[in-house]
Amino acid sequence: MALLEVKGARKSYGKLIALDMVDLAVESQQFHGLIGPNGSGKSTLLKCIAGAEYPEEGTLSFLDKDISTTPPAIRARRGMSLKFQITSVFNLLSVYDNILLSIQAAHSLWQLAGSRSRQILHPQVMDILSEFRIESRADDLAGELSHGEQQWLEIAMALAPGPRLLLLDEPTAGMSPEERRVTGELLRPIKARCSILIVEHDLDFIKDLSDVITVLDQGRVLDNGTPEQIEASERVREVYVTRV
Amino acid sequence: MTLLNRVAGARPGTGGRLSRLLTIELVVFVLFALMPLLLGLVWSEDDSFFWIVFTTKVLILSLFGLSFDLAWGYAGLMSFGQALFFGGAGYVVAVMSRDLDVSSIFIVLPVAVAVGLVLATLLAAFLLTGSRTPSIIFVAFGTLTGSFAAERLARAWYYLGGQNGVSVTKALTIGDMPLYEGVGFYYLAFGFLVVVYIGCRFLVRSQFGLVLAGIREREERITFLGYQVQLTRAIIFALSGAIAGLGGGLYAFHEGFVWPALMGPIYSTQAMLYVMLGGVSTLIGAVIGVTAIEFATIILIDYLRDFWIIILGVLLLLVIMFRRTGLLGMIVSERERIGSFRWRGANGKPDSRGD
Repeated sequence: MALLEVKGARKSYGKLIALDMVDLAVESQQFHGLIGPNGSGKSTLLKCIAGAEYPEEGTLSFLDKDISTTPPAIRARRGMSLKFQITSVFNLLSVYDNILLSIQAAHSLWQLAGSRSRQILHPQVMDILSEFRIESRADDLAGELSHGEQQWLEIAMALAPGPRLLLLDEPTAGMSPEERRVTGELLRPIKARCSILIVEHDLDFIKDLSDVITVLDQGRVLDNGTPEQIEASERVREVYVTRV
Repeated sequence: MTLLNRVAGARPGTGGRLSRLLTIELVVFVLFALMPLLLGLVWSEDDSFFWIVFTTKVLILSLFGLSFDLAWGYAGLMSFGQALFFGGAGYVVAVMSRDLDVSSIFIVLPVAVAVGLVLATLLAAFLLTGSRTPSIIFVAFGTLTGSFAAERLARAWYYLGGQNGVSVTKALTIGDMPLYEGVGFYYLAFGFLVVVYIGCRFLVRSQFGLVLAGIREREERITFLGYQVQLTRAIIFALSGAIAGLGGGLYAFHEGFVWPALMGPIYSTQAMLYVMLGGVSTLIGAVIGVTAIEFATIILIDYLRDFWIIILGVLLLLVIMFRRTGLLGMIVSERERIGSFRWRGANGKPDSRGD
């Protein structure tokens, strides 16, 4: 049984069909790429998986449980973590507090009111900041970070709670080539800890990282396979490469 | 002072100095603690008594202002019906005193707190548990309607004294000792304000407070971290109702009567104005706002009479238009208002990792 399984997902906005009978399976410890041209339904699919949107038809199961109508907060508590496409860190909080906020979500409100876990969580916060190379900015406001650093902070926030499945929506959007290279370096070792479903425009960036790639086009699954199979696919080449 | 700074969530790098916010808080509470003494030095005994009684009312209303700041400033709930909890609790203890002959502080104040808590919890359950995220307008109108309905009910219900309200003829008692207006009641109200204030301060600077800060900034984002936003808000709203209830219970016994407007939109708006003027999301801003408005009103109304209320209205409008963070926003930065939630070791110093 796959960690995440999407079957026959359908989602429309008025007359526009964003997802049309989409099937997707993400296995444990798998780095799964999701690519496609603009408007292909990548972000909509990711939103449906995270709970930001609900599919009109089809089922979603995560860890063998149906989550089709489960609210996003519950999905997050079960081990699903999302990094938004548009950077949405907490600008008015420090970098440290952003991470603390994401880690402590598993604790009860009663525990949080007593600040019982602040000391215990401190090493974890510092470790994740160190891993994402923003340890020296811990006390700076998140809003003061560069765009690339904010993207790393957001990935760190998504990874910090120790999710089973990490959903990354265009983590390199707006980054310089050097920042993209560093992001690749940061993402590579994560595979050992959790499964990753990553949405990207850039096939070159994703093919080195992914075990499996799914290609979407106009709301449908165009192809699915290893990076080598996808690169060799005529359908993908015709539709994806020529349009992006 | 390090402990105090940690409570205040002072910005790192202040080298153990008191933060501005904490300094203001200490000055305000020290002044209130010494007020009866200072008044006795400046005024005659009669005048001093008048001002002590008046300042007691300010302290009680500060609890009311504090409750609104908790709801709006920290949970983002625009409670236009905060007076419902304040006046509702006041009515219940007034009726208990009248009909059941109960005036023991150990009974009436817990009842007042419970009334505020229950009313706020019921309202929160109604307003916050829908399938859609409630908008600010929805919450504002929902609470306003509750407050308005309670006032109308009190005006029309003979048992509650109708337009005249309910007189509280008995004094609050501690054991066999009656507590009349004056220094004793003053320090009782001051003690409650200090305890409630410290409790709120710890809460908003705790990890729970970090969640509230996150909700204020990005409500949708925080949902995806696994937080139950509406439950968190409901808890704060219920707590704010309990604090308003405590204030209402004290107010009923201090003023000697309760009347319908005490539960209505006018008093609810007053709570909002206290906080808007003093400084939202600061706690101490509520106390400063109550003090500024109430003292300015009683001092200037003799000189300006009918014009004062217009001047007050224009002043508040100017503050809200040009300084939305209130008077305290002129002195305290946004960062200091939010605070830092980082663990800084047992001595409040950075840990040994060189960070």
